[in-house]
Amino acid sequence: MKQIDWSSLVINESGKVVKKFMYVNRHAPHGTIYPLEGLEVVLIGAAFDQDVSMAFIGDGVFQLNKGQDTADSGMKNVAPTYGALGDYEVTKLYVEQESLDERGLELNDLMNLTWEDEEENWAEKPSIRVVSRAQLSDLLEQQDVILNF
Amino acid sequence: MKFSVMVNEGPYTHQAADTAYHFTRAVLDAGHEIFRIFFYHDGVHNGTRLTTPPQDDRHIVDRWSELAHDHDIDLVVCVAAAQRRGILDKEEAKRNGKDGDNIAPGFRISGLGQLIEAGIEADRLVVFGD
Repeated sequence: MKQIDWSSLVINESGKVVKKFMYVNRHAPHGTIYPLEGLEVVLIGAAFDQDVSMAFIGDGVFQLNKGQDTADSGMKNVAPTYGALGDYEVTKLYVEQESLDERGLELNDLMNLTWEDEEENWAEKPSIRVVSRAQLSDLLEQQDVILNF
Repeated sequence: MKFSVMVNEGPYTHQAADTAYHFTRAVLDAGHEIFRIFFYHDGVHNGTRLTTPPQDDRHIVDRWSELAHDHDIDLVVCVAAAQRRGILDKEEAKRNGKDGDNIAPGFRISGLGQLIEAGIEADRLVVFGD
């Protein structure tokens, strides 16, 4: 069996291994529980000081749509939680360009999600990074742990 | 090599729980180690001892319990996912004022931190189910 290349793993100051975790979101919001239970993993995982990112592909891009309102369906609205991700140091939200295009969406249709960069005097920076399918493929290749929701 | 396994589908509806079981057996048979098996989403239904399939079918829940017993495997059911779906141990039943528990032998209920830890500690985290 192929051996693990431990040289690619990062060790932090306290001697703990820091792995690259990517949470891949593929489902439209509220139609299934996957976005909600996925977010629960992301928020808990934030306490583990790993190198975390999220990807939004396929119908998953709808999760970041502006102005979601679940009042009529009676479903719990998970959309506000994305706004809190920056405070949990989840600052890399990769959105696939092709998935947006296929659904007639553009960056302007998505929530304005930001994080504050401590190293640059708490400058507010956008969390959403639109990437091509090919770029996302490269990002997936770099991960140690991928969880699909 | 050290593996962790995540099971995201309930028993019988999808093959995922069966495949996860057979994968785990193959890992052990090949002399590798299982760090933990984590049950999430509808996967928590793998951990109810009230499951009663027809006699001529496999008993998916008992199969997990036997695996845990024979190989000392850590079977963890996510507490938040379990509570939504009515999977309780004695402690959780008491805490939530329910009149009974249904967790199967060999399973324990714990938090999502156990999943993240499983991802960090294992060389590979293998996910089964949608």
